[in-house]
This record gives sequence, C-alpha cells and structure tokens, in this order.
Amino acid sequence: MFPRPIAQRSRNARILYQVALPISLILWLLPLLGVALTSVRPSSDLAAGNYFGMPSHIAFSNYYDVFANSPIAQYILNSFKVTIPTVIGAVALSCMAGFALGVYKFRGNLIIFFLFVAGNFVPFQILMVPVRDLTLSLGVYNTTTGLALFHIAFQTGFCTLFMRNFIRALPRELIEAARVEGVAEWRIFWYIVVPLMRPAIAALSVLVFTFIWNDYFWATVLTTGASTQPVTAGLYSLNGQWVAAWHLVSAGSIIAALPPVAMFFLMQKHFIAGLTFGAVK
Amino acid sequence: MSVTQSQSKPQSWWRRNQQALTPWLFLAPGIFMFSVYVVWPIFESFRLSFFDWDGLGTKEYIGTQNYSELWGDRNFIISLKNNVIWLVLYMLAVPAGLFIALFLNQTVAGIRMYKSLFFFPFVISQVVVGLMFSWFYAPNFGLLFKLTEWLTGTGIAVLADPDLVTYGVIAAGLWPQIAYCMILYLTGLNNVSADQVEAARLDGAKGIKMLWYVILPQLRPATFIAVVVTVIGALRSFDLISIMTNGGPFGSSRVLSYYMYEQALSEYGFRMGYGAAIAVVLFGIMMFFIAGFIWKMVRDEKGGY
Amino acid sequence: MLHLKKTAGLALAVALLAGTSAIAQQRTLVFNTDTSDPAPRAAFDQLIADFEAENPDIDVVVNMFDHEGYKTAIRNFLTADAPDLANWYAGNRMAPFVNAGQFMDVSDVWESAGFDDTLASARASMTIDDKQWGVPYTYYQWGIYYNKDVYAQVGAEVPTNWDEFVANCELFKAAGIDCLTTGTSALWPAAGIFDYMNLRTNGYEFHMALTAGEVEWTDQRVRDTFAQWARIVEPGYMTANHAAIDWQDAAALLVQGRAANYVMGNFAVATFMDGGMTADNLGFMPFPEITPGIPRAEDAPTDTVHIPTGATNVADAKLFLAFLGRADVQTKLNAALGQLPVNNQSTVGDDQYLSAGFEMLSNAYALAQFFDRDAPAEMAKIGMEGFQEFMVRPEYLEDILQRLEAARVRIYQ
Repeated sequence: MFPRPIAQRSRNARILYQVALPISLILWLLPLLGVALTSVRPSSDLAAGNYFGMPSHIAFSNYYDVFANSPIAQYILNSFKVTIPTVIGAVALSCMAGFALGVYKFRGNLIIFFLFVAGNFVPFQILMVPVRDLTLSLGVYNTTTGLALFHIAFQTGFCTLFMRNFIRALPRELIEAARVEGVAEWRIFWYIVVPLMRPAIAALSVLVFTFIWNDYFWATVLTTGASTQPVTAGLYSLNGQWVAAWHLVSAGSIIAALPPVAMFFLMQKHFIAGLTFGAVK
Repeated sequence: MSVTQSQSKPQSWWRRNQQALTPWLFLAPGIFMFSVYVVWPIFESFRLSFFDWDGLGTKEYIGTQNYSELWGDRNFIISLKNNVIWLVLYMLAVPAGLFIALFLNQTVAGIRMYKSLFFFPFVISQVVVGLMFSWFYAPNFGLLFKLTEWLTGTGIAVLADPDLVTYGVIAAGLWPQIAYCMILYLTGLNNVSADQVEAARLDGAKGIKMLWYVILPQLRPATFIAVVVTVIGALRSFDLISIMTNGGPFGSSRVLSYYMYEQALSEYGFRMGYGAAIAVVLFGIMMFFIAGFIWKMVRDEKGGY
Repeated sequence: MLHLKKTAGLALAVALLAGTSAIAQQRTLVFNTDTSDPAPRAAFDQLIADFEAENPDIDVVVNMFDHEGYKTAIRNFLTADAPDLANWYAGNRMAPFVNAGQFMDVSDVWESAGFDDTLASARASMTIDDKQWGVPYTYYQWGIYYNKDVYAQVGAEVPTNWDEFVANCELFKAAGIDCLTTGTSALWPAAGIFDYMNLRTNGYEFHMALTAGEVEWTDQRVRDTFAQWARIVEPGYMTANHAAIDWQDAAALLVQGRAANYVMGNFAVATFMDGGMTADNLGFMPFPEITPGIPRAEDAPTDTVHIPTGATNVADAKLFLAFLGRADVQTKLNAALGQLPVNNQSTVGDDQYLSAGFEMLSNAYALAQFFDRDAPAEMAKIGMEGFQEFMVRPEYLEDILQRLEAARVRIYQ
C-alpha cells in the first residue's frame, strides 16, 4: 500500500505519526471545538469577556434556552417534514428511472441519461424565479410540501445517475432467466431488481437525507416564517435575533447539525459508498 | 439482449410490447418531475431575462437591455471577478484532500475513527460552517482576530476588510470541500492495485516518483470526480456568503449566485428580469464546465470505461 | 402562517347568543402582521381586543409573521391570498405596492376621520399622487445616545454644534475611546448617519430632493456633507471594523464605555438598558447643528397599516383604520410599544427618552422617513453600500459619488 506502511518505518517515525494524528485532528476540527465549547459557556462568561478560557461552569442550560425560547423545535420538525418525503420520493423515482435506463436498450437512452446528469449540475439560480412562481401558482408556496416537491424533482437527477450505474453492474442472468419464464417486467423490477438494489438504496437515502437537511437556498426561497422553515433557514433568522449571543448561536448550530451527523456515524459505510461510487474504476 | 420467443399461445398486445413500453412507463414520473422543475425553469429564466419585471406588476419586454446593463454594471464585474477567485482557489481542495488522504492511509489503531472525524466538516450544513467561521473571524474576540493581534499588534477583522473578505469566505468553504476530496481519495487509494505498488517498490521507486508515476494514474476516476464537485461547488457558493457577509462589505464578497438572489428577491431587490439575466450568465459559465464533464463521461461510456 | 383565533371566548359567547337569540352575524377581518417581537405583539393583541370590544360583531383573525420573513412574504400574499389589513411602512417603501395597484386608496378614511389634521405630521409620507394609501400609527425618534460617564471621564461637555462634537472626539480618541460607534454589517445604521449629516449640512428640502433623485450626487452640496462627515471618519474617531459587526455589538461598546456616542433610533434604549445602562448615565441629544441657521429636521420612520386591493371585507377594514388613527387608541398603543403616537392629540408616557423625543419631533421643522424609505429600494441599497464604503475608505469618495450618480441616472429615469 502507499505510502509505505508506518509499521515498516523506524520507531521514531511511528511515534511521530501517532503524535501527529491527534494534533492534526484537533487543528482540523478547531472551529468545531471552539463552537462546541462556546455552546456550553454561560452567558455571564461572555459578558465578562471570557471567550477562550475554561467556562466557569458547563451551561447546558444554553441548550434548554434555545429550545424553550425559540422555535427551533418547530424548525427541526419542518426539516424532517421536508427531508423524509424527499428521500422516499427521490429514491422511488430514481429506482424506476435507473431501472429503465440501466436494463433496457432503446433510442434516446443515453440522451435522457445525460439530461439527468447535466440537470444535476445546474446552478440553482437559473431555476429560482420560475420554480418560485410555479410553487406560488400551485398553491404550495410556504409549505413543506412545496419544498419537498422541488427537492424530489431535483434530486432525481443525481439519484438516477447513481442507480443506473449501480444497476448496470448487476448480474444480468437473473433478469434474463426471469424473462424466459415469462415474468412480467414490473415483477422483475419489484421482486428481483429492487432487493438487489438495497445497498444502493441505503447509500442514496443517507446521502439525500444529508443534502436535503443541509439545504439552505431553497428553504429561503420557498418558505418564510417559523411554521414552515427548515432548520437551516431558521438558523439564519435566529442568528439575526441572537446578535452577540454567541452561546445561543453555537448551541443552535450544534442542534441543527446533529441529525445528519448522527446519520453519518450510524450509516458511515453507506454514506461513503454513496459518495465515492464512481470514484473507483 | 435477445427476446426469447414465447410458446405457441397468442400473446396480448401488452405482453408483446411490454419490453419496449416498460422503460418509458418507469421513466415517466421521473422525467415528468424533472422537466417541470428543472428543464422548463431553465427556459423560462432565459425568457424572463428579456423582460423588466418587479415580481408584483406586469412584465415589460425590453429585449437585451438587461444584458447590456450587466456589461457595464460594476457589481456584476466584481461578482465575476470573485467567482474566478473562488474557482481558482477552490481547486486547492483537490491536492489538499489528496495530501490528507495519504496522511491517513495507514492501518494504525483507531485510524477509522480519525478518518470519520476528518470527514466531519462535510456532513454539517454550510450555514453552520458559516456561523462557525463568523465566530472564528469576529472582531474583538474571534480566535483569528486574537491570533493576529498577538502576532502583529493589531487584530485583523477579515470580514470587515474589503480586500480580505473573499479569501476569508473561501477558507470557510474549503474546510468541507477538502473533507469531500479526502474521502474520494481515501476510497480510491483503497483500490490501488497492491501488486503494481510492490512491483514498483522492487524497481526502487519511492516517495514522489511513486506517487506521480504509479499511484496518481490509478486515482484518475477519483480525481475526475473531485475536480467536478469542486468546480460545481465553487460556482454554486451561496450559503456561506449569505450567512457570513451578505455580499459585504459594500459588495466586496459578492458572487454571481448571491447577486442574482439580491436583485430578484431580497429586501431591496425587485428586479426579477435583471436577476434572471445574471442567472443566465452564471448558467452559461457552468455549462462550459458541464459540457466538458459530460463529454468526458460520454467518451468513457462509449469506450466502455 | 399561524392562525390565531382572537378572542375565541368572545366568539363563542356571541355564537351561543346567536343560538339563543335571533340574528347576530359575525363578520371576520383578516390581519397580516409582522409584530412578532414580544413587546409589539402584546401591544397589538391589546389593540385588537379593544377594537373587538367596541365592535362585537367583528372578529379579527391575526396571521403572525416573523419580522424579517414578512418582507418577502408580503410580496406574495398581496396577490395570492390577500388579507383585509397588512402592516407595512410609509414613504418610498410602500411605493412598489402602490404603483402595482396592490394597496387600496384610503383617502376617504383620512377625510371622514379628520386625519388630515390629526395625523398631519405623517401625511406627506403617506401620500402618493395626492391620495393617501394607509394609516400611520407609530413612529420613533433618531438622535445621538451618549454615555454620560464617558463624557465625565474625559471632561467633555455636551456639544451644541458639530465643531464642538469634533473637538470632543479628539478628547475621546486620546483616551482610547471611540467617539462615534456604529455596526454596519446590515447597512442601515450607516444611512442614519448620512441622513443627519445631510439634513444638518444642507437642510430638509435638499435631502428630500436628493432622495427623490432630483439632485446629482456629484453636486457640491453633497460633497460638503461628506466633507463634514470626513471630519470624524478620517482621523479614526469611529469604531474600527464596523462593517463586520451588527448594531447590537456596537451598542455593547457604548454600554461598556468603549464608545461615547451612537446615532440610533429609540428602539435601542431597551438594548442599552438591558446591558446595564440607567437613566442616569444614558444621555440623549438631538443631532447637533452643522450649518448654522438650517431649520432642524429629524428622521422619524413611520409604521403603518394598509388595506390590500384584494381584501374581501373592505368596509370593516376601513373601520379598523379609522379606529387605529384615533388619539386615545394611539396613546394606548404607543405606551405599550414604547414609541411615539402620530396623532398630535395623543399623549406620551413619562419615559425621559420618549418625552425628549416627542418634544423634539413635535417642534421639528419636518420629518424624514429614513434613507431606505425615502429613496427607492435599489437606490437605497447602492447608497447605503456607498456610505459604508466611505466610512471604511474615505479616500474613495470620488469613485463612490460617481457610482451613486450613475445609479441615480439609471434608476430615476
């Protein structure tokens, strides 16, 4: 393996490496550590100017304050209301589309495929005004439904790319055999292909969950107000209200970041598989 | 793919045609949603850019006036310049990611945890990243301010300085981007052929030579994806600017994606047509890169990888 | 949008009554509002309860929006789902909606309720095309808040004119204190300073002409304003790094005694008090005179209520507006808001800052609405960025003025 395995190097090199690892990690995560520390720092410390020393006591009450005195619980609920339907919708649509594009040869297959791929890369701003107008005329402006609808449509691009490549790598014999038996196509899809796609579905679900949870732009464009905004846009307006209240801003940020982080640690394998699919030949 | 002839029983029209029709049926919902929310809006934005519209009243056709105004608009030029800076500096994420991946590519105890933690910044929302770095850069008490004060006597408030602000925001954006590239390379490194490495070692290759001639060529797919996502990420940057500077001070950190939003939808922005024109320009720039990527992907497809 | 059924109890009682007696028809009034902060919210709850008490057959349904979200939401709900009443602001801020035909002309209410007399000070800012488009209910003063302890510390006297103010700045600078503080990351505090510099250097009529696009930004008189402003910017008497902090951060500087003066609106008093200042050490003064002899005009941003053109219950909406403009109603509402009533027959509470403000505004030559309400939106944004840039790098003044002038030509055609 490359670089040369550390076990083969001198003892000094090994020690150096073992020391360098934690130091580099702390340096890398310094902003995060700083914010985490500030989130449990009591506000009296901040008022007195104690920003970096040890907190005078661990103020978990900051978290309580954030929940009790701001609509952050509502924001988080809204995030779930947008994210979960999007994951379900995008994965379902892309399974079907990926199946169509991956299993069948027909004219226009590649063109449609590349349309999905290209659409995934467009800047959001080119879509902003028409999508907003469309959402208004459909009557779902400022609803979690409207936001979810957009995300389902947009994520279909990336997810279809993923699913189609995955399906192409599946063994064809099963499908062929089923066809010989006279099994209907949709049955092939549902009973044979979908079970084989489970790892891909897991990976994609985790990824889409993270992307949608962390989306900020469309949350700002399509929703206003605490009853519908997800936590990213909510954090922006809370930041505006909590000026100079860094202990609250930090606590709010940590809370907003928790679900994707939890998802990441629980489903690491799937997460990384999803991101790196295609990075390997 | 051969279509096996069925038995002598006469088949219904559906059974005969289902293989041809099924893909279209399965594609239909996906294509429908995608066309409505992605394809049509692109054309609609193009159309809107030829109008003068405040989002409230009637649209007024003005031809290419928005574009000629853009050309002379100082804010547009600044945004464009900033976008170029973003693009160039963001590419640092690729070698930085490679470097960290190489650093972590060992099998000591607990390395898995280290890899996960190094990847952490990518998992959190850009809004949270922006807030973290705002705190880091804050005047009077921010860590960076204190550090520069300790080193040079006067603290530097990065976000207040029109010359430094874009670099400050880019630094914030690089943090998760490097993590992303790192994970791509880590996976790629896992799949580097051990035989080739051993053979090269026996030949006496090591260090930089090994990296350049043996490892990197095998990492090409990873590098390709890393470059793609980094370019897209650089041109798309909106969240960080919105949360950290609002384009300030006095527009110095503005980029096209944020300028478009400001003109069309913000508190003082009532110019939907003008905003659409800016979006079209941004789209044009990105299309240049997207076309390049797609072309390469098509070549890979046709060549069977 | 949160639907808060107001006075559900009253409605229930009426319904019961209706069940037992004959008719009692309940009419609803839908009110979209952005008074989401605790104090304004309580004040409005009381206002609506009082209105419903006087008009038992009307039921007001309130849709509460958060303060910032409202500014984008209003652009949609005026067409998509128009309420009967909506909060907004006066001056050029209401112009886009008036010009798009989305606010209703309420000149008839002004005439019949006598507002032309009682709401005279705000009439100009509510008028476009000789018609009135809403009813103002509150405004608040702007001026200079200062830290008396800091003044005593360096031995400075309260200045009576700009020369004295600048002389004091030297004293403060020597003691390592910011003479004037501000936090411009949201841009509008910079506009407050410009408004006063211009109103004091050139007068109200010139300032109105400038914001109306009738005067060039490269005019010598504009240069005079900036020259006066440069007297505190160039020697570094202002807070450094103001472009990266919010107004509340700057308020903390005044509270901590690290700054001496702050050009701000009266809403900041609550923040100063929260930080620990008291009526003893927090001083208020009208912005000092610059050009001798210019009659004193003040910034007094006005909040208003309008009727959207798409409203369903117009008759009752007009009733509400007539109610809102009444002297006693405005007295009570503003006592709760901690701001000033527009109605010149109303009375003001005895908070010393409010009294000082009321005195100052009642005797003012004229009232401006604040730069981002007097100038059209796009000009306001470009202007405020220019003011912020001037305070960061005053050597770029020429470039800034050229840019503002080019924008003026384009925007005001």
